[in-house]
Amino acid sequence: MRKRIARRYRSERRFRWVGFAAIATSVGFLAFLLITMMGNGLAGFVETRIAVAVDFPKSSLFLDPAALTGAGAQAALATADIEGAVAEAAIAQYGPDGADLVSEAAWLRVRDAIADDPDMLQGRKSFSLPVSGDLDLAAKGDAPPPVEARFAKLKADGSISRGFNLGFLTGSDATDPAAVGIWGAFKGSLLTMIVTIVLAFPIGVFSALYLEEYAPRNRWTDLIEVSINNLAAVPSIIFGLLGLAVFLNFMHLPRSAPIVGGLTLALMTMPVIVIAGRNAIKSVPPSVRDAALGVGASPVQVVFHHVLPLALPGILTGTIIGMARALGETAPLLMIGMRAFIATPPGGISEPATVLPVQIFLWSDEVSHGFIEKTSAAIIVLLVFLLAMNGLAIYLRNKFERTW
Amino acid sequence: MRDVQQTLEMEAPAEARAEVGAQAPSLKMKARNVSVWYGVKKAVDNVSIDISTENVTAFIGPSGCGKSTFLRTLNRMNDTIPSARFEGLMELDGEDIYGSAMDVVQLRARVGMVFQKPNPFPKSIFENVAYGPRIHGLAKDRTELDEMVERSLKRAGLWDEVKDRLSESGTALSGGQQQRLCIARAIAVDPEVILMDEPASALDPIATARIEELIHELRGRYAIVIVTHNMQQAARVSQRTAFFHLGELIEYGETSQIFTNPGVPRTKDYITGRYG
Amino acid sequence: MQATTSGHTVKAFDEDLDSLRALISQMGGLAENAIRESMRCLRQRDCDGARRVVEDDARLDVLETEAERKVVQLIALRAPMADDLREAVAALKIAGVVERIGDYAKNIAKRVQVMEDASDIEPIALLPEMARVAAEMVHNALNAFVERDPAKAKKVCERDTVVDDFYNSIFRALLTFMMENPQRITQSAHLLFIAKNLERIGDHATNVAEMVWFAATGERLAERPRGHNPADPE
Repeated sequence: MRKRIARRYRSERRFRWVGFAAIATSVGFLAFLLITMMGNGLAGFVETRIAVAVDFPKSSLFLDPAALTGAGAQAALATADIEGAVAEAAIAQYGPDGADLVSEAAWLRVRDAIADDPDMLQGRKSFSLPVSGDLDLAAKGDAPPPVEARFAKLKADGSISRGFNLGFLTGSDATDPAAVGIWGAFKGSLLTMIVTIVLAFPIGVFSALYLEEYAPRNRWTDLIEVSINNLAAVPSIIFGLLGLAVFLNFMHLPRSAPIVGGLTLALMTMPVIVIAGRNAIKSVPPSVRDAALGVGASPVQVVFHHVLPLALPGILTGTIIGMARALGETAPLLMIGMRAFIATPPGGISEPATVLPVQIFLWSDEVSHGFIEKTSAAIIVLLVFLLAMNGLAIYLRNKFERTW
Repeated sequence: MRDVQQTLEMEAPAEARAEVGAQAPSLKMKARNVSVWYGVKKAVDNVSIDISTENVTAFIGPSGCGKSTFLRTLNRMNDTIPSARFEGLMELDGEDIYGSAMDVVQLRARVGMVFQKPNPFPKSIFENVAYGPRIHGLAKDRTELDEMVERSLKRAGLWDEVKDRLSESGTALSGGQQQRLCIARAIAVDPEVILMDEPASALDPIATARIEELIHELRGRYAIVIVTHNMQQAARVSQRTAFFHLGELIEYGETSQIFTNPGVPRTKDYITGRYG
Repeated sequence: MQATTSGHTVKAFDEDLDSLRALISQMGGLAENAIRESMRCLRQRDCDGARRVVEDDARLDVLETEAERKVVQLIALRAPMADDLREAVAALKIAGVVERIGDYAKNIAKRVQVMEDASDIEPIALLPEMARVAAEMVHNALNAFVERDPAKAKKVCERDTVVDDFYNSIFRALLTFMMENPQRITQSAHLLFIAKNLERIGDHATNVAEMVWFAATGERLAERPRGHNPADPE
């Protein structure tokens, strides 16, 4: 008898250790992912800058401060060759290769500064401008030796400073890795997610309600149930093909637009919401329905006043899962053309855009060294976005959670 | 074995003698030859019975005898079960409740129900009671709604215990209080009939006694039909008792008569504990 | 009809009812015995035997208390319904009645102890037969209770007329004897009272039978025909 007890204790302990090991392994993988990403990506948020002094009166920039106030300001800024002026100043300060030290998009900073304060055109102003890609790599110790040497010299002169790379979060895609920003893709993802949820959530929830509450139990509804369950498992690229064939080729919707991406992802997310919704509705105890019916509520009132509020936590959980999956989808969006190089963030849902995962994919494909850290940084942004979305949904779920 | 029609006719001499407890009945609901099937299984077999407002009617019988199923035909709750099929005549104040002219939702406001396991809505106490009047548009404004809620809670004997915590959740109350809340909820829509399906079976003896006392107080204002598997409770609470067995109505008569000298041997066997 | 209770799902309930019936039956036996013994003592002028009858009556009292206790317990613990309830209430009342029957038999025995030889008084010859009928009524009534047999109970009620008629004859005969033999009035008076006691025993046995009828059927027996009461005006 005692041997049996001892054996039982041993197997319990073994079970506990196995469980612990499983969790440790999972946590280990997760930690590995995070640490690698962080390691690679955090550098992407740091910007190396070089000081460039621009003497406006002496430069070749012909810009009248007076013209910058009023209606013609934008046009005046556009025609002025601010880029040239910056290049001039850099060459003047650092020698013939000065223009190569500064990032291609650096002149945009100067333009924005001028727009904010036109009076600076009267005199001389020193700007901290982002460095070019090569120099940025040198700052991170990743460039060929001559560039490294040049960088070391500049640093010794005190021309180099570092700061938070706000441009990464506010800018869009560019050819120079130092100048890339994630905002374009972020906005594209946001718009696509909005389209997806606006389409998938109501359709999914109402389908679940209908199937659970009103549909008669016959072979047709069984068929529908089986179909929806299978749809949830269909590989996402097939939805991409569907989107291509129907939305682009047949309906001629604008290519690479969030509306098409949203439609495709909505098709993909809807079965998940329907399944989660049905389970949530099924788990509402019949006593609540009986109570409502007993008081004389109509079937519609029973569903919307009682069943739906109680099923909402479960439905929201299903929505979280579906949306998280949709957020990370790359293949279907590639199929509908969201792989183009988009330099400006999309203005609306019918303008060409890209999404975060696709952007990550594109950057990871780039040859230039500087894109490695930017890719990891973009992954970090994606993860933060996911966390924020999940956090919001969990908050909403807890808010609606009620005991019955 | 007495035929039910005979039993009904034999009611007349009982009334003439003015038996203690039961008053001359005014007919509220009438059932004639009611049968209910769940798929192919016949759960209720040719039951005819009269329900009046003045007398509390109790349905007794062993489990699976069809008393709950029959109770649910009185407010068409069986409609929610897809395989359920109804045959026969069921009238409320002379109107056929299974006819096409009867709105089921309205019917359920006139014939309320209290269930075995207390099932208050997961809302506040106030909202629980106010829900019915609200969806039926029974109150013109908030003041009137407040009055209705207070009146219902008072009639259910719960007002004093909850009057200063009306915004608390209904599910936070004790079992007995929850059941009284459910009764208040049923009363709030001003029904004509209240059906109770084993209302006290999930409660402790003190809570049960309070529910029984409440039934006694409500008698006469509403026609009450109570299903119970506790014979002593049926004896205490009702003036008319109907004994069901295997879907049939075996005997229906004065409660005092059923429990001191039932006419049908099967009734006697069940009541004295010789059944099974 | 079976003598034992059958069919309660809770078997202990059956046992309780059976033990109650056995107790009542035992009481009935004792009462019956007392009647026969006291009669025998009267005939054989056995004062010792009469004394024993008087002492034995105490046992009947004890049993009555026991029966009462048993019935109250049955009602409290078993919540009897319908015919079980009627039987319990009947048992309670019957116990009291049988105890009183025993008291009447005791009174007869007491009189035997104080009476002088009355063997030459003629009407005395009727008494043993009257007592036999009375004892038989008690026996049958209690049998009817144990067997829950309303038909037997009804027959007992009908027998009461016999006892009443006996009493009337003895009454008239003794009156005549007393008028003719005033010096024997004492003994005659005793005999009169003994006859009265027997008549009361018969009435009580009828009461028992009526309770048995109610317990078994739930209805009241129709008014039984009474023998002519000699106290009524002619």
